[in-house]
Amino acid sequence: MKPRQQRMLAVGLAAVGVLLATGLTLRAFQENMMFFVEISDVVQGKVPDERNFRVGGVVVDGSVTREPGELEVEFTLTDLENELVVTYDGILPDLFREGQGIIAHGRMGDGGKFIADEVLAKHDENYMPPEVAESLAKHTAAKEATIVADKKEQ
Amino acid sequence: MIPEVGHFALILALSLAICQGVLPLLGAYRNDVAMMAVARPAAVGQFVFVAISFICLAWSFLDSDFSVLYVANHSQLALPAIYKISAVWGAHEGSMLLWILLLAAWTVAVSRYSSALPDTFSSRVIGVLGLLSCGFLLFTLLTSNPFERLIPAPPDGADLNPLLQDPGLAIHPPILYAGYVGFAVAFAFAIAAMLSGNLDRAWARWTRPWTTWAWLFLTVGIALGSWWAYYELGWGGWWFWDPVENASFMPWLAGTALIHSLAVTEKRGLFKSWTLLLAISAFSLSLLGTFLVRSGILISVHSFATDPERGMFILGFLGLTIGGALALFAWRAPSLDSSAGFRALSRETFLLLNNVLLVIATTLILIGTLAPLVVEVIDGGKISVGPPWFEIALAIPLLPLVLLIGVGMHTAWRSQAFKPLVAQLKLPAIVAIAAGIIVPTFVYGRFGLLLVIGTTAGFWILLVSLIQPMRSWRRKPGTPAITRGALGMSVAHFGVGMFAIGVSIVSAFNVEADVSLRPGEQVSVGGYEFELRGLRNVDGPNYQAVEGEIEIRKNGEFVAKLRPQKRTYIIQKNPMTEAGILVSWNRDLFVALGDPLGNDAWSVRLQYKPMIRFIWLGAFVMAFGGIIAASDRRYRLYANAKRPLIKTSEAPA
Amino acid sequence: MLRYLSPLLFLAVLIIVFAKGLGPERNLNELPSPFLDKQAPKFDLPGLINPDEQISSSVYAGEVAIVNFWATWCGGCRQEHGFLMELSRKNEIPIYGIDWRDRRVEALNWLSQLGDPYRVSGFDADATTGIDWGVYGAPETFLIGKDGRLLHKHLGPLDRNTWETDFAPLIAAENGAQQ
Repeated sequence: MKPRQQRMLAVGLAAVGVLLATGLTLRAFQENMMFFVEISDVVQGKVPDERNFRVGGVVVDGSVTREPGELEVEFTLTDLENELVVTYDGILPDLFREGQGIIAHGRMGDGGKFIADEVLAKHDENYMPPEVAESLAKHTAAKEATIVADKKEQ
Repeated sequence: MIPEVGHFALILALSLAICQGVLPLLGAYRNDVAMMAVARPAAVGQFVFVAISFICLAWSFLDSDFSVLYVANHSQLALPAIYKISAVWGAHEGSMLLWILLLAAWTVAVSRYSSALPDTFSSRVIGVLGLLSCGFLLFTLLTSNPFERLIPAPPDGADLNPLLQDPGLAIHPPILYAGYVGFAVAFAFAIAAMLSGNLDRAWARWTRPWTTWAWLFLTVGIALGSWWAYYELGWGGWWFWDPVENASFMPWLAGTALIHSLAVTEKRGLFKSWTLLLAISAFSLSLLGTFLVRSGILISVHSFATDPERGMFILGFLGLTIGGALALFAWRAPSLDSSAGFRALSRETFLLLNNVLLVIATTLILIGTLAPLVVEVIDGGKISVGPPWFEIALAIPLLPLVLLIGVGMHTAWRSQAFKPLVAQLKLPAIVAIAAGIIVPTFVYGRFGLLLVIGTTAGFWILLVSLIQPMRSWRRKPGTPAITRGALGMSVAHFGVGMFAIGVSIVSAFNVEADVSLRPGEQVSVGGYEFELRGLRNVDGPNYQAVEGEIEIRKNGEFVAKLRPQKRTYIIQKNPMTEAGILVSWNRDLFVALGDPLGNDAWSVRLQYKPMIRFIWLGAFVMAFGGIIAASDRRYRLYANAKRPLIKTSEAPA
Repeated sequence: MLRYLSPLLFLAVLIIVFAKGLGPERNLNELPSPFLDKQAPKFDLPGLINPDEQISSSVYAGEVAIVNFWATWCGGCRQEHGFLMELSRKNEIPIYGIDWRDRRVEALNWLSQLGDPYRVSGFDADATTGIDWGVYGAPETFLIGKDGRLLHKHLGPLDRNTWETDFAPLIAAENGAQQ
């Protein structure tokens, strides 16, 4: 019965196509999904293996350094409890500046520095990326401990 | 005084919108002619008052009335007049007012051109549009009043975000919103059909031109946004898979599917459920887009200032509107019968595939856009989904679709014979494959499977889109010419081909380099030499800038000079990059200044972007095709009819 | 029948996700300060108007006080300024300002053009005080109790509504408790 076989073949091919497509899509999703990791976690080594991830923090005043004339730049990010040195070889976004909350994509390099592929700053002067804001709020608590300790000494 | 007038006008508009929303619908239900007759006057009245309100806001800007909070936050004395006007829709409150104005304008257009429709039907359509207007007016008046005062008024305003001080961006929101809001018309038509229990080929014919016009506005709006991002954001990208961009692309995909599904419903009375669902979805996705942008729920470079209270209101409105529509759908759709059949090789099959593939694409984008939110809500951490996923996820349904378009266009309704089809398409196919291999490999120097498939698909559509117009052009005298509908289709598909070629080539062969240059130094990118000749300071109306002079040469011969600037706007103090772009039909050269690096050096971004213009040109051609199709005689015939025509199964035009 | 109901079900799931997404845990304006109900941080800064003067948080010891972080580049600060002026005219509670990440000249211009609602303002140019207080956006307003505890923090512009709902009851409680 040729028409019936033809139809089954068509359906079979379609099913294979759909499975392939779904598999490809899922794999692409896995590979392109990036986690946000807080600086305090990065510093403790809790980073995803073998894949890029996002970090965010406030750029520490006075920490932006580069060799004069060179594109590569280094700066320090803080979540108010810990700090992370980031290196980036490219043009920083317009709204990147000290004291600004920014996000970087990349991975950990040797020497505990974060090698950034991309640095993001939104186009609004007092915007703080929500992930960074939450992380700051969490880690400000460390400050309280210091203050209490200071008071005890006095 | 003027702001209060504007505010009051908005309140009056709301009361008219309530009349417009409630009475006609009630009237249609009870067959009460008097109530139904309220629809058109109420719609016109609402439009008049919304327009007054809009003019009041614009006046406040032109007058630099900083006692209005919205004006104080988004303008300044030194702002050029044209941007004082575009600042009206530059932020949340004002852009909501623009949205409402456009919705009212579409409604007036529908009231004007619906004399041929039965009264119960047109009352329902205008009524639904009125209810939508109520929702948006309430939202604006309760949570986002653009006329709120600021006492004491500051002597000068906070300036419009410098990014928005640009002609391209000035015009992008009105056109984009015209598209978003235009889908409300198709939505209203769908609801009217479901309320009356009647969905037939005449209904499809009425709905089509409105949908096509909304679709083409959206196409142009999205293209403008992409083009603007390219030259204004300073980084040479033209699409970022940002949630706000996705929020505009999803209604576009759904709208495209809707246009095609309507064709089937009109011609053959099939796909009624599909068409209904797509009509609901297109506008629902527009609403979803508004929600995503204004509620602060998703992080985006484009989103307006966040406010969860507003978000809750929009979410409620969304739930009510879409939920109501889908409930109606669940009630009515099962009884919509499709009796006609079609063979495997037929236009219906291709359009069904078209629907399926476009819906898959839309769903994948929705998943990618919402995934970070869903993962966070279930406490799975904070993730972001990168552009490569969207590109792959889209290529999977859309590449086959592009190939299928070429075949489907030439396939007859109901049943198509195989051999004649092959005969017609054989030559274009061979040429397309040849071009698809030759152009990347020999013109640009590289072969890649995906690249070749993309380029082949583009050439394929370009060529096959010419078949029908050519045949009409060379027809024997006395034989009928190509209809505008078919011509519009050919032109629009030709635009798709241009777009596909542009995307394939620029994605594969674009060259980007961030370099450090001192005056007098040069670097080679994409076959051109770029030399930084020098830098100087310039002053603009509300900014100061450092301007670089970049000389471009090819093989030692002078090509052009570009002057990219790094501007600092006086009030907002944000640095902004104005790129220098050398435009040509087959390539752009893009230059942007970065930062001073010390030792007289500056970082400079240089890019070579082949065929990038085809991306936007392709989109504009698509929209132009839409205009041609929407102006087909059969729609005008019915729009201008002097007496209402009762629905029957009409002869196909 | 399920076929026709599934879009509605899909919508319902989406709405639930969105509603949770809008919830207070994700609302940055409502992220509590880690100092809530504990001793508020201190500050010790040069004065804004008179740089030779040193302003410290001991100036409001024993009083209920408002500490407001502001800046001239911040739109929300402009928005709440009128309300702050109103509060300072009523003189029920002292308002201390901290000019955060700003330029002195512009800050002085701002105060002279728009009015000065602050008893006294400190100048936190490098934002170290901001960091101590956990400030990461402007404006932020803190309510300090008589014993120096942080009673409430508000992120974003202050308005009458927020004042009546969040601040006034706490202030009344503080004043009532002492009598």
